[in-house]
Amino acid sequence: MKPKYFSAPYLVWMIVFILVPLLMIAYFAFTTDGGAFTIKHVSDVGQYANIFVRSIWLSLIATAICLVVAYPVAFILSRMEKHKQGTMLMIVMLPMWMNFLLRTYAWMTLLGNNGLINHLLGMIGFEPLKMINTSGAVVLGMVYNYLPFMILPLYSVMVKIDNSLFEAASDLGCNSASTLFRVVVPLSMPGITSGITMVFVPAISTFIISRMLGGGSNLLIGDLIEMQFLGNAYNPHLGAAISLVLMVIILVIMTVMNQFDPDDQVLM
Amino acid sequence: MENIISLKNIIVEFEEGEKILKNISLDIKDKEFVTFLGPSGCGKTTTLRIIAGFLEPTSGDVFFDGQRINSLPPHKRNVNTVFQRYALFPHLNVYENIAFGLRVKKVPEKEIVNRVGEMLELVNLKGFEKRSVNRLSGGQQQRVAIARALVNRPKVLLLDEPLGALDLKLRKEMQIELRKIQQELELTFVYVTHDQEEALTMSDSIVVMNNGYIQQIGTPTDIYNEPINAFVADFIGESNIISGIMPQDCVAEFAGNRFECVDKGFAPNERVDVVIRPEDVKIIPADKAKLTGIVESVVFKGVHYEMIVDGVDHKWMIHSTKAEPAGAMIGMTFAPFDIHIMKKAEENAE
Repeated sequence: MKPKYFSAPYLVWMIVFILVPLLMIAYFAFTTDGGAFTIKHVSDVGQYANIFVRSIWLSLIATAICLVVAYPVAFILSRMEKHKQGTMLMIVMLPMWMNFLLRTYAWMTLLGNNGLINHLLGMIGFEPLKMINTSGAVVLGMVYNYLPFMILPLYSVMVKIDNSLFEAASDLGCNSASTLFRVVVPLSMPGITSGITMVFVPAISTFIISRMLGGGSNLLIGDLIEMQFLGNAYNPHLGAAISLVLMVIILVIMTVMNQFDPDDQVLM
Repeated sequence: MENIISLKNIIVEFEEGEKILKNISLDIKDKEFVTFLGPSGCGKTTTLRIIAGFLEPTSGDVFFDGQRINSLPPHKRNVNTVFQRYALFPHLNVYENIAFGLRVKKVPEKEIVNRVGEMLELVNLKGFEKRSVNRLSGGQQQRVAIARALVNRPKVLLLDEPLGALDLKLRKEMQIELRKIQQELELTFVYVTHDQEEALTMSDSIVVMNNGYIQQIGTPTDIYNEPINAFVADFIGESNIISGIMPQDCVAEFAGNRFECVDKGFAPNERVDVVIRPEDVKIIPADKAKLTGIVESVVFKGVHYEMIVDGVDHKWMIHSTKAEPAGAMIGMTFAPFDIHIMKKAEENAE
């Protein structure tokens, strides 16, 4: 079987850049500076439970908002005429062509205490709002940056749903709402699960968004890990342990998620 | 019998100004098997979609059981549809597909079990309840689609070219089965097809359509034996269509000769279409015939041979159980009642 060998480069890639680093993280997490085995770092992660809870909570909220916003957008997009779909998709993707940092800086200047929004509010006689350095601003940053990652998988599943299924549902007695829940949602479930994965995973480990929009009081796991490797708190062993715990949490959440994927469902 | 569906002066015009239906009026009787027959683009599916409620006519009225239902949405109509490519729900198994309409209407679970069971029996799919619809053959998917529609006990079942995707043998079986179901359940079936043989086999009544107009409505025998114009004659079966004139009643002049016929009521010397079925043309020795021609080709068709004969100004198609060799000079004749005289199609269309 010759074609098998074509996968060799990828196999090497996987070993060198995925498997080895993973093992190194595990090694660092369970050793001291001297190289002796210890579980101290892993047990120390417990001290940061509040940061873990905040990270999971904020990313869950951001993921939920993304889903609610993206679902109708993706649906409308998938029902448009083919040539309009291309243009609209490009508009959805457009912000992603701009640098991530720049986009987030833009929000800083918009939301700032003396920023554009407060300036406009002041002009029509409102008190300035405190928007920057709040957890709301962090969620907003996550939604803004990761929304396309929700729209695209939803769209790519929905575009495959044939219009005749909507007619069939309506013919069999469904109004718009029951068509949505009996046909559209079950058929777009694979898009929902992959969209949630693609938004939740980067959101829970982000550090730039929380640093720039959340100020010091909205520290997330990403910030914590970054501090262990680059910051004053330099402690790569603790950083590795935090990463490891985060991985396990994501793995557990994703396993639960996949229970809703119809492809994995046991046929009734 | 009462009319269950009436269409009155239906016109459908799309935004681009394209007219799909140009004034259709039609009555469908209760418990009747009606077929809309016509070439693609003739408006037959559009007419069906108006009855189903997927499309609202630009003008005209739709009546169901005497009620005007022009803008009643599909889910409130007492009709169900079997779609062209079935449109089964891929996320549901056979049982749940059939139960779909009942679940939407919140029918009690016990009744659902009974009614779905009845349907599975009716369409011969017992034992397939838990099978995913993606793992069914075309014929089985077809049966699920029929069961899914019939389980709701509609007054009228609409079928949009439901057998188009099946192979010939299966199609013939399903034709008989569908006819049987319609008679057993005493339902009204409205069936769309472009296959004239299918229409002739199954229908109580055929509506021949072309170009957004109804050409003729009648029983299969009427339509076949008494086509109203050259289009219907040609579409419903192979035909020789020749231009001619009617010098007087019961005399037609075409192909350079005068022939005795049985049609009356045309203006003196009116230009007409003369239609003669290929199986009605008899081959006789050339020296005894008014009409002669040279056999151009002979094709064996199973039951008969199909010959193309080059006459003076028309190529004749002849179906005969006996073949004449290509190149032979033959004579042709036909009985007066086999000559069908029709008004010119152009005058009929607008």
